[in-house]
Amino acid sequence: MTDLTKMTLSGALDGMAKGEFSSVELTQAHIDACKASTKLNAFITDTHDLALEQAKASDARRASGTVGKLEGAPLGIKDLFCTEGVKTTAGSKILGDFTPTYESTVSANMKADGMVMLGKLNLDEFAMGSSNETSAFGPVINPWRKDEDLVPGGSSGGSASAVAADLCLGATATDTGGSIRQPASFTGTVGIKPTYGRCSRWGTVAFASSLDQAGPIAKTVKDSAILLESMAGYDAKDSTSINADVPDWSASCGQSVKGMRIGIPKEYAIDGMPADIQALWDQGIEWMKAAGAEIVPITLPHTKYALPAYYVVAPAEASSNLARYDGMRYGLRVDGKDLTETYELTRTEGFGDEVRRRIMIGTYVLSAGYYDAYYLRAQKVRTRIVQDFENAWETCDAILTPTAPSAAFAVGRKVSDPVQMYLNDIFTVTTNLAGLPGISVPAGLDKNGLPLGLQIIGRAMDEATVFKAAAALEDAAGFKAKPEKWWV
Amino acid sequence: MAQEKSKPKNGVTAKDVKKIAKLSRLHVEADRLEPIAEDLNGILGWIEQLAEVDVEGVEPMTSAVDMAAPLRADNVSDGGKRDDVLKNAPKSDDGFFVVPRSVE
Amino acid sequence: MFIAPRVADEKDWIVTDTGPWEIIIGLEVHAQVASKSKLFSGSATGYGSAPNTQVSLVDAGMPGMLPVVNEFCIEQAVKTGYGLNAKINLFSRFDRKNYFYVDLPQGYQISQFEHPIVGEGEIEILPIDGDGNVGEPVTVGIERLHLEQDAGKSVHDLSPDETYVDLNRCGVALMEIVSKPDMRTPEEASAYVEKLRGIVRALGTCDGDMEKGNLRADVNVSVRRPGGELGTRCEIKNVNSMRFIRQAINFEARRHIDIIEAGGEIDQETRLFDSVKGETRTMRSKEDAHDYRYFPDPDLLPIKLEQSFVDKIKANLPEMPDVRKARFMSDYGLPEYDARILTSDKTKADFYEVVAKGRDPKIASNWTMVEFFGALNKSGLELEDSLVSADALGCLIDRILDDTISGKIAKGVFEKMFAGEGTADEIIERDGLKQVTDMGTIEAMVDKVIADNAGQAEKAKENPKLLGFFVGQVMKASQGKANPQAVNKILREKLGL
Ligand SMILES: [Mg+2]
Ligand SMILES: [Zn+2]
Repeated sequence: MTDLTKMTLSGALDGMAKGEFSSVELTQAHIDACKASTKLNAFITDTHDLALEQAKASDARRASGTVGKLEGAPLGIKDLFCTEGVKTTAGSKILGDFTPTYESTVSANMKADGMVMLGKLNLDEFAMGSSNETSAFGPVINPWRKDEDLVPGGSSGGSASAVAADLCLGATATDTGGSIRQPASFTGTVGIKPTYGRCSRWGTVAFASSLDQAGPIAKTVKDSAILLESMAGYDAKDSTSINADVPDWSASCGQSVKGMRIGIPKEYAIDGMPADIQALWDQGIEWMKAAGAEIVPITLPHTKYALPAYYVVAPAEASSNLARYDGMRYGLRVDGKDLTETYELTRTEGFGDEVRRRIMIGTYVLSAGYYDAYYLRAQKVRTRIVQDFENAWETCDAILTPTAPSAAFAVGRKVSDPVQMYLNDIFTVTTNLAGLPGISVPAGLDKNGLPLGLQIIGRAMDEATVFKAAAALEDAAGFKAKPEKWWV
Repeated sequence: MAQEKSKPKNGVTAKDVKKIAKLSRLHVEADRLEPIAEDLNGILGWIEQLAEVDVEGVEPMTSAVDMAAPLRADNVSDGGKRDDVLKNAPKSDDGFFVVPRSVE
Repeated sequence: MFIAPRVADEKDWIVTDTGPWEIIIGLEVHAQVASKSKLFSGSATGYGSAPNTQVSLVDAGMPGMLPVVNEFCIEQAVKTGYGLNAKINLFSRFDRKNYFYVDLPQGYQISQFEHPIVGEGEIEILPIDGDGNVGEPVTVGIERLHLEQDAGKSVHDLSPDETYVDLNRCGVALMEIVSKPDMRTPEEASAYVEKLRGIVRALGTCDGDMEKGNLRADVNVSVRRPGGELGTRCEIKNVNSMRFIRQAINFEARRHIDIIEAGGEIDQETRLFDSVKGETRTMRSKEDAHDYRYFPDPDLLPIKLEQSFVDKIKANLPEMPDVRKARFMSDYGLPEYDARILTSDKTKADFYEVVAKGRDPKIASNWTMVEFFGALNKSGLELEDSLVSADALGCLIDRILDDTISGKIAKGVFEKMFAGEGTADEIIERDGLKQVTDMGTIEAMVDKVIADNAGQAEKAKENPKLLGFFVGQVMKASQGKANPQAVNKILREKLGL
């Protein structure tokens, strides 16, 4: 039998439909791969026994004629999604042995569609990071490697690494400033952040509520469409959930882009961008042109302010969202001499450096005397960024940019300079601020042989166009490279 | 590495760090106040560039979705799950959460 | 901002050796919305349940839990806004108020800061002093009404060094009604709360139960020279009875005056009222004041109300206490005093209207106010808990009007009804209280009394005042049941008067 872990999600679903292999066989192959991959540190919690049970149940369902959208597919869940009866950590020590009695809407949707869950994937602590080095459970290692350990990007580094290393057929991820797309770019995988409000945030540990969106990391554009169709959908339990039907996005993949107007924002050509990335972007423009799209130069003048605005809004919301981790009702409690000391010891020992840093920034920008200068101003800049996109949509249907300003870098290289680390999200953060869908598609390798992604941004609720353009890009790029299996 | 950092006019002081640490219930050792202030100033100094943006007459954006809050009907549809609520508690007794004494 | 133009009446000044002072009072009243479920979750709001049994994962601040707004609570806030003659804001928003406390699971309270659902309004109050004298009406400005979540409850006496936390109340919807600093006496302050209570009860938006804490007041007190510059204010938290409100203000004003006169300064602080000692004491000083870091709750979108939505609420408002009082005076011909007492509370007014239906309104008012409210007061019972229904009281009045019993007997019957011994008819029947109207029976009683008091009967002709004595004797002999008119008539005949 062929190596089942090499399959795409859609290929595996077809294979099971044709009876070529069972979910149990498929799941076992992935469990074996997971067990051999501890060097990558992609998982925080393995649920292999549970996965085999689910696979068995899936095979039984299939035998009785019930087949869900993800029937029998072994997948990974970022450890930011609460999973009933399975420890959930958010990559932090502060949650202790927290074991939810509830299932996040996103993972519940996938369960209902027949998913098999292999385990909970590693991430930056509370999804705060761009390299997966802030996880309390150690950094995730990128399967792509040149002489030294590289980061997989973050915060969904575990998800990206696991998909790139064929440990699972796809994974859930979340994206607050680029946390799906940047790791996808670093690992040669596809990652889409849908329109804000497409995926319910209910049951997903919050980082910055007005920016957080769930989405998948997958091996192909079509796989990402299949996963997103399962994850997305209206949820009355989330007040920001958009009440709209989930389209058949996988059908958009492969449709012609003839006549589609692709905007190229000049502001994304930043100073000091590696030549490889500029070249790949230029190549992408040529591919889209060749596929029949019309290339339109556009301007998004407030692009450079997106990242500083984000580093006001996100920490502000996070400082409040993370106040509930106080050691009183769940999670870690470090006893002090009194209540205040217990709060302080719990939160100081429970949170890592980056989370504490962001809580302090967030507290500062919201505090009396600074609110207007920082928080209110950042929100107004956010409006400016939205206006930039609205102007752009008058002349284009989708926007093509690089996903990240660099390829994967070495573990430890950027940890000491937060601003340098934050700059990783410079191309992705704009869509979070504006709530727009964005996808990263692997498009080539840099001079060191490391994957690079290109990003397609679309109008709100217009994932169909995003998938269409992304599939055309994927088709033209023909990216087939895989990392060497050095970790086995 | 530090070349990006520019000092804002009203930089964060050690005293500010003490105040925000207290507000956010984080413990900071006295000798860490100054280094943390410097660290935060590095980031806030970079954020200061927002001052360049003309935001005259611009409405602040509070949500990425332009909708009104959905309203739910007043039905009792939840609660009654004391065991679930207390399941992960570091300490509970007799149906209560037990926490350090909150009054002197 | 904080302007207090009205100067208190001279009679309300506090005069000391250094001269006169006036008290400036503003109130923040928290009124629990009478909703079945919580403001942002579907858990029940009932009082007195076992700890943590009315708690959802949302209320407990579990990771990933999100709030969804209860429409009924929005409606009640709008309704109450109309009751306060206030501006309804079609656009409002929920903000987070950030602070740490064991009864606040999320680490923030969801409240409304910048954009409350109800803006400025005003209500008129009638302050009444300790002797029941009614003062001039005072207009009290309403600053705003906003919606927010209640916190949980901390229990400190179950363990010596720990606190037990029950989150049942956590997330229950509160309307915080903020007044302008328009009150000048403790009586005005309690009249204001009484008035608010009457309004929310008339509207049905809050049950107004102060004992259960469903309506409670934070009282802001400062003193100044009459018409002079405002002093520093202190906030006394969670005062939960009208009497305590007056006591707390009196104590606090005196405290301020004493400090200032001794050359000291008032610290702006939050204080607690100790109802046992009748004192206020520091809860937290200004140095410990929080920096709440309010910001719009990103989990919630703005509340945008349609004009048609608020119009419909307005069109269906019940009668407000002031309007009802005017109607009681015009339709029932009641004096101001009766109308005011009866309409101060919706339940009382409803009760009266049932009693008065088809009966003499003034007799109905007397029976309702004097006997019924008197009995409630004496027993400490709430009207809702009384064993005497309005219909039952009405039937008792009917028995007086149809001469079945006398007014005097009726009072005894009422006492028994109040004690739960049955209806008026049952008690009259059981105790044989029916008025004796049979002329033969009465004549026999009269004959016997005259025979027993032959000497007096002789003198009666010269001294007609003795009739009273004979009436008394006959009534006594009949145990009060003889029809007094009949007794009179027969006695006059027999005594030859
Ligand atoms: Mg208040
Ligand atoms: Zn309040």
